Amino acid sequence: MGEAGPAAVTARGWGWRHASRRDWAVRGLDLRIDAGERVLLLGASGAGKSTLIHALAGVLGGDDEGESAGGLLVDGREPESARGRVGLVLQDPDSQVVLARVGDDVAFGCENLGVPREEIWQRVGDALDAVGLDLPLAHPTSELSGGQKQRLALAGVLAMRPGLLLLDEPTANLDPDGVVEVRDAVARVLEHTEATFVVIEHRVDVWWRLVDRVVVLAPGGGVLADGHPDEVLKRHGAALAASGVWVPGHRPAPPVRTRAAGSRLLRTEALAVGRSPKLVLHRDIDLEVSAGGCLAITGPNGAGKSTLGLTLAGLIRPAAGRVRADGIADGLVPDPILWKSRQLLTRIGTVFQDPEHQFVAATVGDELAVGPRALGLPPAEIDARVGPLLERLRLGHLVRANPFTLSGGEKRRLSVATVLVTRPRLLVLDEPTFGQDARTWRELVAFLAELLDAGSGIVAVTHDTDFAVALADAELRMSARGAGVPR
Amino acid sequence: MHSTFTSSTRRRITYRWRVVDIVVASVLGVAAALIFFAWNQLYQPVTAPFEALLPGSQALFYGVWLFAGVLGALVIRKPGAAIFTEVVAAAVSALLGAQWGGFATIEAGLVQGLGAELIFLVFLYSSWRLGVALLAGAGAGAAMAINDLILWYPGADVAFQSIYAVSAVISGAVIAGAGSWLIARALAKTGALSRFASGRDATARV
Amino acid sequence: MSILIPHSGPQAIYRVNPVAKLAASAVIGIALVLSIDWVSATVALAFEAVLFLFAGLGPRRFMLRTLPVWVAAVFGAITILLYGVPSGQTYFQFLLINVTDGSIELAIATFLRVLAIGLPAVVLFVTVDPTDLADGLAQVLRLPSRFVLGALGGLRLVGLFLEDWKSLELARRARGIADTGRVRRFAGQAFALLVLSIRRGSKLATAMEARGFGSDTPRTWARESRFGAREQVLVGIGVLVAATSVVVSVVSGEWNFIVGG
Repeated sequence: MGEAGPAAVTARGWGWRHASRRDWAVRGLDLRIDAGERVLLLGASGAGKSTLIHALAGVLGGDDEGESAGGLLVDGREPESARGRVGLVLQDPDSQVVLARVGDDVAFGCENLGVPREEIWQRVGDALDAVGLDLPLAHPTSELSGGQKQRLALAGVLAMRPGLLLLDEPTANLDPDGVVEVRDAVARVLEHTEATFVVIEHRVDVWWRLVDRVVVLAPGGGVLADGHPDEVLKRHGAALAASGVWVPGHRPAPPVRTRAAGSRLLRTEALAVGRSPKLVLHRDIDLEVSAGGCLAITGPNGAGKSTLGLTLAGLIRPAAGRVRADGIADGLVPDPILWKSRQLLTRIGTVFQDPEHQFVAATVGDELAVGPRALGLPPAEIDARVGPLLERLRLGHLVRANPFTLSGGEKRRLSVATVLVTRPRLLVLDEPTFGQDARTWRELVAFLAELLDAGSGIVAVTHDTDFAVALADAELRMSARGAGVPR
Repeated sequence: MHSTFTSSTRRRITYRWRVVDIVVASVLGVAAALIFFAWNQLYQPVTAPFEALLPGSQALFYGVWLFAGVLGALVIRKPGAAIFTEVVAAAVSALLGAQWGGFATIEAGLVQGLGAELIFLVFLYSSWRLGVALLAGAGAGAAMAINDLILWYPGADVAFQSIYAVSAVISGAVIAGAGSWLIARALAKTGALSRFASGRDATARV
Repeated sequence: MSILIPHSGPQAIYRVNPVAKLAASAVIGIALVLSIDWVSATVALAFEAVLFLFAGLGPRRFMLRTLPVWVAAVFGAITILLYGVPSGQTYFQFLLINVTDGSIELAIATFLRVLAIGLPAVVLFVTVDPTDLADGLAQVLRLPSRFVLGALGGLRLVGLFLEDWKSLELARRARGIADTGRVRRFAGQAFALLVLSIRRGSKLATAMEARGFGSDTPRTWARESRFGAREQVLVGIGVLVAATSVVVSVVSGEWNFIVGG
C-alpha cells in the first residue's frame, strides 16, 4: 500500500533519556530492520520498547523534553522529518479518537498530510474496508467498542499509506473479543501491504503467527535476543516469562488453596442493577458469596458486570431487589448501600479497575493511612498495619513517592493495599489483572489466594479466564442484556 | 542529534506552541468546564448566606470560574495560554449548556482570560512564581467584575458595584491565583507534567 | 451526552453554519447590552418569540434548555430590585436594600434584557455541532487550525471525564471519606480529574502528532465549511432584530446607555 514502498530502520548506538529522568530509557541500541520485515519487539517493563517505537514515529518530543545519543533513521532520514511515512497505533483506545465521526477521524491524517479532498474520501473508504469496519461515515466514534476504536485508529494510520506500521501494545486494553478482532484486522492488512511492521506486546501468543522476527530489548540497553520467533522462544522463553512477558507454554501455575468456603457473607434477592433506576442493565440476579469463597463475574462488555460489582460493594443503589450482607453487617441494616462511607471500610473493600480513581493522598504512606484514620485508629496501630503491608506488596521503598508516579503494576498493588489495610471481610475487585504483566499477575493471584485461605470473601469482575480458573469457586456469567446465569 | 550531557535546565524561552501544549491546554479547558459544571450544582448553598449578609459578596466565590486561565498559563507557559484555556473552558461550558448561552459565555471567558494574560505579559512570560499567579488571578477577577457590572448589573448602585468588584478581585487572587499555583505545583509532583518545563522545574530527576 | 454525538435534525437550522449562529447571537447581544431599558429588550423578545418557532426545538426541549436563563433573569432582576440605583418614591429600605420607583423599573428592564440576550444565544447553540463549529472557525473565520483542531480533539475526552468523575465519587465512598467535608472532597476530586485529564491529553497529543498533526505542511480539509445564502439570511435577521430594537427604543425616548447613564 505504501506509495514509496516499505521503509527500513537503522539504529546506531541510539539512546534516549527523558528530561525528568536520571536513567536512560534506551541506551546503546544497534538494530537494523529491513524493508518489509515483520517484527515483534519484546522486553521486560522498563526496557524502553515504547520509547523506541515513539522515536520511530517521531513523537518523542523536542530537545527540551530529553536528549538523544547516536542515530536513529527511518529510510535514511530522521523520523521527525519522515512523518506520514510512519504510522503509529497506540495502546489506549480512548485517547486516540480525535474526531466525532468515523469518516472524519480516518480522514484526519490525510488532511494533515495535505492530501486533496477527493482523494481523501477514496482513501478513507479503502482504509475502513481494510480493517473491516463496516459503518456509515457519520457514525459517532463515541459509540464504538474498544476493539472497534483500535481498528479505527489502524484505519486512520493506513489512510496515510505509511511505509512503516508501528503498533504499541494495541490490544493491552481490550477484552478477549477485542483482542481477536484487532489481531484479525491486522492480519488482513498485512496480507495486502508490503509495509514494514513492528509491534510491541506483553502477550506473545497474539502476534506469534504474524511476525517473522522477534527482537528482545535488554533492560539496561542493547538487544538481548534477536531471531526467528520459534528460536527466540525456545532459548529465552523461560527468562522472558520470569520478567513478566506472557509466553505461550509458560503459563503461571495456579496457587494451592487450603481452605473451602465457609459461612455466607452476602446474598442478593431478585437484584436488578443499573447506573440509574431507569437504565437497568440486568435483572433477577440471585447470588451469594461466602467467607473463603471467590465468585467470578464474567461476560461480554456492556452486560453490566462492573455495575453489579459496584452494587454488591454498596456503592451503587440497586435498581430493584436487594443486596443483603447479613454476614458482615455487624449490627447495621443488611443493605450495604445504606451504610455510611466509614462503615464500609471494615466490611466491604472495593478495588477499582483504574487504580488512579481511588488515590486521594500525596504519598504512598499517606495513601495507606487514609482508611485507618477515617476509622479513628491510634497512630501506633496505623503504623503497625501499614509497614508490613507495604513490605508484603513490595512497596516499602516507595513510601514517600507520589501514588500517581508509580508504574502500572505498583499502582495496582497499592490500590489493593489501600483496601486491605482496613481489613474488610469482603473484597470486590473490578478487573484486577487488567493490563498487568505476568509477574504482577502471579503475585496478585498468590496474595488473593492467601486472603481467601484466611477467610475473606472475594467478588471479582473479570475478563481474564486464567484468573477465574486460578481462584474462582463459582462463576456468574452475565449475558449481554438479560438475566444472570449462575453456574 | 548528538549525545550531550548538559543536563542543566538552561532553556531559551520558546514562544511557539507544540502540539502537546495545544492539546493539553484544550484538555485542561475541557476538564475545567466539567469542574465548573459540578461546581454550579454545589455552589448555590455555599454562596447564598454571603449574598444575604453582604450583597455583592457572592463574587467572593466566583474565583472558581477563573482558575482555568491562570492554571493553563502556569502549566503551558506560552503566550496566549491563559486566554486560550479560559476560552476553551467557556466554550465547552456553553456546549454543556451553561445558562448564558454561546456568545455571552465565550465573551466572558475571553475577557477573564485576557485579565490574567496581561499580567503574565507584563512579566514577559518569564516568571511563574506565586506572586505573579496572585496578580494574574486578581487581574482575571478585575476583568470579570468590569465585564459583569457593565453587562449584567449596570442598574445597580455604587455600594453594590464596589462590593462586587472588590470581592471579585480578592476571589480571583486567592482562588484562581493562589489556588492554581498550588494545583500546578501538585500536578508537577504527580509526574503528569513531565512533558512541560513547569513539570520539570518542580521535580528533581528520578 | 449530546456534546459527543454529531448533531443533526430535519430542520433547516441544523444545516446553517455555526459561525452564522454565533454571529447572529453576537449582533443581538452587543446591541442589547448597550442599553438597559424595557423597550429595546421587549422589541427584541417579540421578534425572537416568532423566530424560536424555527429553532429546531420542541416546547419541552426549549423550556429545559432555557430554564437556566429564566432563573438567571429572575435572580438578576431581584438583585437590581433590592440594590438598583434609587430614584423616585421609596417603598422599602433596610441596610443596603433600597426599593424605589427607579429600582423597580430597572429590575423589569434587567429581567427582559437577560432573556432577550440569553434566549437566542442558548437556542442557537443547542443545534450547533462542535465539529461543524470547528470547521467554520478554521475555514470561514480563518482561525489557526492547530488551535481549533486541538480544542476539538480535547472535546472528545468529555465523555471519559464524566465517567472519571463518577468513578472518583464512588471511590471516595469506598475509601471511607465520603461522610463529611463536601467542599474539600470536591477539591480533591477536581484535582484528580485534572491529573487524569493531563495524562489523557498528553496521549491524545501523541496520537495526533503521529498522524501528522501540527507539522508545517499546509493542511487540506476533507469537508468544506460553506458560508452562503442561508448563513447571510440568518445574520441579516440578527442585524434586523438588533437594529429595530435600538431604533424603536431611541425613538420612544427610553434608550438608557449603560455607561454614564
